[in-house]
Amino acid sequence: MDFVNAIILLLNYIFVPALAYGSQLALGAIFVTLIYGILRFANFATGDMMSFGTMFVILFTWYFQSVGISLGVLPTALLAIPFAVIFMVSYMLIIDKFVFKYYRTKKSPPVQLAMVSIGVMFVTQAVVRIIIGPSDRRFFDGEKFLIKAGEFKEMTGLNEGLAIKSTQVITIIVTLILVSTLFWFLNKTKTGKSMRAYSDNEDLALLSGIDPKKIVMTTWFIAGILATIGGALYGLDKSFKPFTYFNNMLPIFAAAIVGGIGNPFGAFLGGYVIAFSEILLTYAYRKFFMYVLPESMEPDGLVQLLSTDYKFAVSFSILVIVLLYRPSGIFKGKVL
Amino acid sequence: MRKNLNVIAAYSIMMGLIILVGIFQSWNIALSIFNLCLISAVMTMGANIQWGYAGLINFGIMGFTALGGLAAVLISVDPVQEAWSAGGSNILFSLFLIITMVLAVRYILKNYKKSKNRTYIVAAIIILGIVIIRFISEPGIEAIEDVEPAKTGFLGGLGLPIILSWVVGAFFAGGLAFVIGKVALGLRADYLAIATLLISEIVIAIIKHEDWLTRGVKNVIGLKRPAPYEVNLQQTDWFINFVEKFNSSKLNLITDLAERQSALNQLVIEGSSVFVKLCYSGLFLVVVIILLILTQKALYSPWGRMMRAIRDNEEAANAMGKNVVKQHLLIFVLGSAIVGIAGAMLVTQDGLFTPGSYRPLRYTFLIWVMVIVGGSGNNFGAILGGFVVWFLWIEAAPIGLYLVNLTTAGLDDTHFLKVHLIESVPYFRFLMMGVGLLVIMRYRPKGILPEKIEIK
Repeated sequence: MDFVNAIILLLNYIFVPALAYGSQLALGAIFVTLIYGILRFANFATGDMMSFGTMFVILFTWYFQSVGISLGVLPTALLAIPFAVIFMVSYMLIIDKFVFKYYRTKKSPPVQLAMVSIGVMFVTQAVVRIIIGPSDRRFFDGEKFLIKAGEFKEMTGLNEGLAIKSTQVITIIVTLILVSTLFWFLNKTKTGKSMRAYSDNEDLALLSGIDPKKIVMTTWFIAGILATIGGALYGLDKSFKPFTYFNNMLPIFAAAIVGGIGNPFGAFLGGYVIAFSEILLTYAYRKFFMYVLPESMEPDGLVQLLSTDYKFAVSFSILVIVLLYRPSGIFKGKVL
Repeated sequence: MRKNLNVIAAYSIMMGLIILVGIFQSWNIALSIFNLCLISAVMTMGANIQWGYAGLINFGIMGFTALGGLAAVLISVDPVQEAWSAGGSNILFSLFLIITMVLAVRYILKNYKKSKNRTYIVAAIIILGIVIIRFISEPGIEAIEDVEPAKTGFLGGLGLPIILSWVVGAFFAGGLAFVIGKVALGLRADYLAIATLLISEIVIAIIKHEDWLTRGVKNVIGLKRPAPYEVNLQQTDWFINFVEKFNSSKLNLITDLAERQSALNQLVIEGSSVFVKLCYSGLFLVVVIILLILTQKALYSPWGRMMRAIRDNEEAANAMGKNVVKQHLLIFVLGSAIVGIAGAMLVTQDGLFTPGSYRPLRYTFLIWVMVIVGGSGNNFGAILGGFVVWFLWIEAAPIGLYLVNLTTAGLDDTHFLKVHLIESVPYFRFLMMGVGLLVIMRYRPKGILPEKIEIK
């Protein structure tokens, strides 16, 4: 029985939260990796673009709530996402037209594009803060828990409860649907294949008659969808605050590079690698050992490898190690 | 003279703007802007050495600034005797163990051939070392943090004059840069940017959470000053006389003696804070001028020429027998050390160390905006960038307010849009920075004062 308790404990505090957090990171990481692979620059505006999309999700959610439309047990935000995506994609296309296009046609070095993306970051941040303000916002409604800890305990008679938030389940399901559609698109459709060809070898792709304008537009389109949904899922699960979104850029970059930048599948897995290592290394295992070990061997301390304050530091250290020993990432991406 | 006309014009416009702030807002505000402009100028010089001279991207400026600030704390705060006796020996022993561990790893890496076994042994040493060090340092750290946690709770510093920390800050930042450079400089541009950004976050995380060393988010306040205190100045005779003489024409207009006295008191209070700020300006100006002379000399020396050659064509420079790796490391260390000086200066001026306030937007990206807007590769440009951008950063709110009032003049004062816009005036600075950066990158990619290389 103790053993089952220990497993439930790990599921509750490590596995489920890490899976949800990893999915949110994975969406962001695929976004980074697509921009890197096809438009060929490190997008430092990632976090702020996500917060821009989320802002529209919140605005539409408020609108729907005010006119009394809801999805019942599901959060209204899910209904708002498609509308937010339209705004997000048009924002990205406008930015691309007025900012990035000039440098792309001039074939500027990637560093210059990265610098330009910092300018975009500042502007986006300002727009988000001017429209919705810098404060913390929760926009979740509907049923909060799928399984409550207390109910689970009653149901199974165990000491440990397993609480599963509905946002966690929504996050994981939506991510799986979105990512599988994306991979189907990239691998099976003509546009997807031409995108991959363009990413692999631009000149050869152009020679074989691929229209670069179409590729770039599709990329921003997909990126807009990913950024909005990734941001909205993070905001539903935790809360929306522009500053947190800006900071989320860092683990997202870590995930994209760990997975091999330019490789969408790598980015997808990279998100989970980062999320799991952050939570595994900063979790206090005391209770777990209390269940597993006999009483005489129970540990005194918290049995925590690192204090939770170093959560971010863990993912960055992993990144630094990967960069040093395998710069192309765990799954071969573009070698720089 | 004529060819430097644009430099002189740009700087005089800048000084004119600051003087205008002094006349229309207050001299206190003008001088605090000026002081922070000087500190920003030091930071941009550091970033400019790396980016403008050598083309290295360092997005870790925040980390080096914070290390400089840490140096100010460790140098100037008086040592906390009880904390040292409570846990000092444990900390020192851990430090000794860390050094031994590093030396052992180095020894193995140097003397054994690369093999799987070597990797395992090194990994084992590091993991074992960390476990042992945590085991030993934990009781020490707990004991130190228990010593009057509300007031101290950390080891304190050396109790030396804070000016010394400007040098020590440079060494701290340079040391960190050496380590980072050793491991990360092989990466290409974008990767280096991301790696340094993330490493600086790690540095901030450590400074924030190692309370025994830095007091963490509890902040260190009341650091010693190199300049006199306002309260003391207000009671010294020569200063009062000086203020009286300086404002004699204004004071002579007032005939009533009591009124005259209160007016004088007011002037002395204002004057004292201006005087203190002037002291800081003097100190900072000395640093800026020394650094400017050194960097200019370096730029036009054979070494500077070599750096530009490496920047413009690494392979060719390498083929000419220049050691690219070594020079990159050197310039990375030098630039970061200058940023470290700026970090120590910043903490000296504020008189407090707040690890929570180090954020990449303010301390990394803003500095980069300064370098690019000002003109990378040109020291005068970089300094001007520091001045312009910091000036706009501070004055963006008043300008934004003015613009909002202008555009919404037709609306009622309680109209929701107007109220909302006035509330969000502080964020117009982000907009201004972003648009400014984009415009400069598009239409004047070399900055306001572009790099100019003369063959002498």
